[in-house]
Amino acid sequence: MSSRIQRCFQQLQASGRKALIPYLTAGDPNLETTLGLMHALCANGADLIELGFPFSDPSSDGPVIQRAVERALAKKTTLRAVLALVRRFRETNQTTPIVLMGYLNPVEYMGYQQFAEAAVSAGVDGVLLVDMPPEESHELHGVLRKAGLETIYLVAPTSSPARMAAICAQSSGYVYYVSLKGVTGAAHIDIDSVVENLARLRQQTALPVGVGFGIRDAESAARIAAVADAVVVGSALVNHIAELEDRTDHDQAYLQAQTSLIADMRRALDAR
Amino acid sequence: MSEHLVTHQSYHYPDQNGHFGPFGGIFVGETLMPALEELNRQYAKLKEDPAFWAEFDYDMAHYVGRPSPLYFAERLTRKLGGAQIFLKREDLNHTGAHKVNNTIGQALLARAMGKRRIIAETGAGQHGVATATVAARMGLECHVFMGTEDIQRQSANVFRMKMLGANVVGVSSGSRTLKDAMNEALRDWATNVDSTYYIIGTVAGPHPYPMLVRDFQSIIGREVKEQALRQIGRLPDSLVACVGGGSNAIGMFYPFIDDSSVRMIGVEAGGLGLETGKHAAPLSAGKPGVLHGNRTYLMNDDDGQIIETHSVSAGLDYPGVGPEHSWLKDLKRAEYTAVTDSEALDAFRALTRTEGIIPALESSHAVAYAMKVAGKLPSDHVMVINLSGRGDKDLHTVAGIDNIKL
Repeated sequence: MSSRIQRCFQQLQASGRKALIPYLTAGDPNLETTLGLMHALCANGADLIELGFPFSDPSSDGPVIQRAVERALAKKTTLRAVLALVRRFRETNQTTPIVLMGYLNPVEYMGYQQFAEAAVSAGVDGVLLVDMPPEESHELHGVLRKAGLETIYLVAPTSSPARMAAICAQSSGYVYYVSLKGVTGAAHIDIDSVVENLARLRQQTALPVGVGFGIRDAESAARIAAVADAVVVGSALVNHIAELEDRTDHDQAYLQAQTSLIADMRRALDAR
Repeated sequence: MSEHLVTHQSYHYPDQNGHFGPFGGIFVGETLMPALEELNRQYAKLKEDPAFWAEFDYDMAHYVGRPSPLYFAERLTRKLGGAQIFLKREDLNHTGAHKVNNTIGQALLARAMGKRRIIAETGAGQHGVATATVAARMGLECHVFMGTEDIQRQSANVFRMKMLGANVVGVSSGSRTLKDAMNEALRDWATNVDSTYYIIGTVAGPHPYPMLVRDFQSIIGREVKEQALRQIGRLPDSLVACVGGGSNAIGMFYPFIDDSSVRMIGVEAGGLGLETGKHAAPLSAGKPGVLHGNRTYLMNDDDGQIIETHSVSAGLDYPGVGPEHSWLKDLKRAEYTAVTDSEALDAFRALTRTEGIIPALESSHAVAYAMKVAGKLPSDHVMVINLSGRGDKDLHTVAGIDNIKL
């Protein structure tokens, strides 16, 4: 049986479209609003959602996501609460894949087995832990795969061909290519270098390739989509969410309007 | 093999992948993985090169002023009425602490790797000063990340770093202390990975840092061994050192790991007391987890979030600890305990008055432990305390506690 992530990419491929993957930090500004935002993103044309669970020391993230994480932690957003959020999302949406994204320590604390079971039961499809390289992930990787979760790893501009091969061999669902040397939301994306490195990466894997870090508008999204299977948008979106008032009764139309960046990107991707 | 690289009968850590038993390892974003592999390769090559160690030794002797004395603290010994207390005088090093042993070693590595831009994190500012110092001497560009909270409490060291030509970057995220400075340094490194060498100041971080910082700092323990044999004709009975990240402690302990008669005691920052939760003692009251690139004992909440630490001493105010200490604890080869802020302050005053030596607040934790136990030990017990730094930088803090305006 194919997974929700595989089906998502198969359908996109069949219709000649590229995946649009927004990233949200769960609990920013509160979990109720995150739930509304997830539905709003889907309505705006998101194909898959990367849902960040907060960690106190996000050392791969730039200032925008650092602040989002601080806001979420101020609301005591725990990993368990994020899993409960996914379960609520699944009550009305059974098609959009959810990838949990974050750092290893909260998962270590919950315990690998318990985390995997709870994630599957909540309706999570894949897991991306930014500080968990393939070299260290042997045990966790086995537990996640056995539970039926996809394991997504990062490939960077600094990765050698040998590392790319080793990472791709461990990856499932899709491979996440980090577009630049730096942290999330950096301003110096070099599209030519992405094109070149993606060609190298394609030689190592038949999996769909998503590109993220530093994609901020419809134009850069469209240019990346020319060579990638998926475009990941984090900081640019989180920047808009940062403007939202911290209340739990935002209406759907308002949240959709506040995330119109995703609708713009959708149009740009589909117009290629 | 170089005498600089201590080897043991049955203790061979870390393994190839940087593991100390279940601890250590490499947990960073992919962008940095190749840089760490490269650092590991370069260090593996250089550490077999006698010319590298010859230059290290030259700098240790002529720039740092080593060997630092092993000093018999006669009046303190009499006052405590038990064990004989010796002080390993790292406070007499150039820049005032043991930190410079490591920054010189790593700066030589950086030069060999062709990196002209140096970054570092600092808490109390001692590692920042030691890094800015070697950068000035070698003509390297230097950026030091420091929590804005620490910039306030350690303004003299901030000024020192600036005088030395370093750019001090204030970090206002998270708890605005050492851990956040380290996050920011990792972010900078990922951004400038081609041009930059990251000098980590303690035996933490991703492999190979815990190993190479230990190797550079183990000059402390190698000297203690030689000096003890020469001065008292035998090995000491116990070694005592404060533990924040734990570089001065590992530096003293490591050469003694095979000497099973020598007890090793690491003293953590008990802050306001372990029972209050306001401390920085992960080995005494924490659980294993992953932070800053390695698995080690940490201070976390039930959700795996790192919790804010408290210590009167900025250099010990860190929620993690070097992974080798975690392993030595689990192996029961070293013991770990904690003393409170007020015990450390008492020790600070006591050493100052009995020996005329003003210790750093960090090192005062080790002295405080000795003051607690020395009276119960026999008079033929030889205890060596690593006096890892001098207290000049802490005068403002201590004066503030005494309500004195400087």
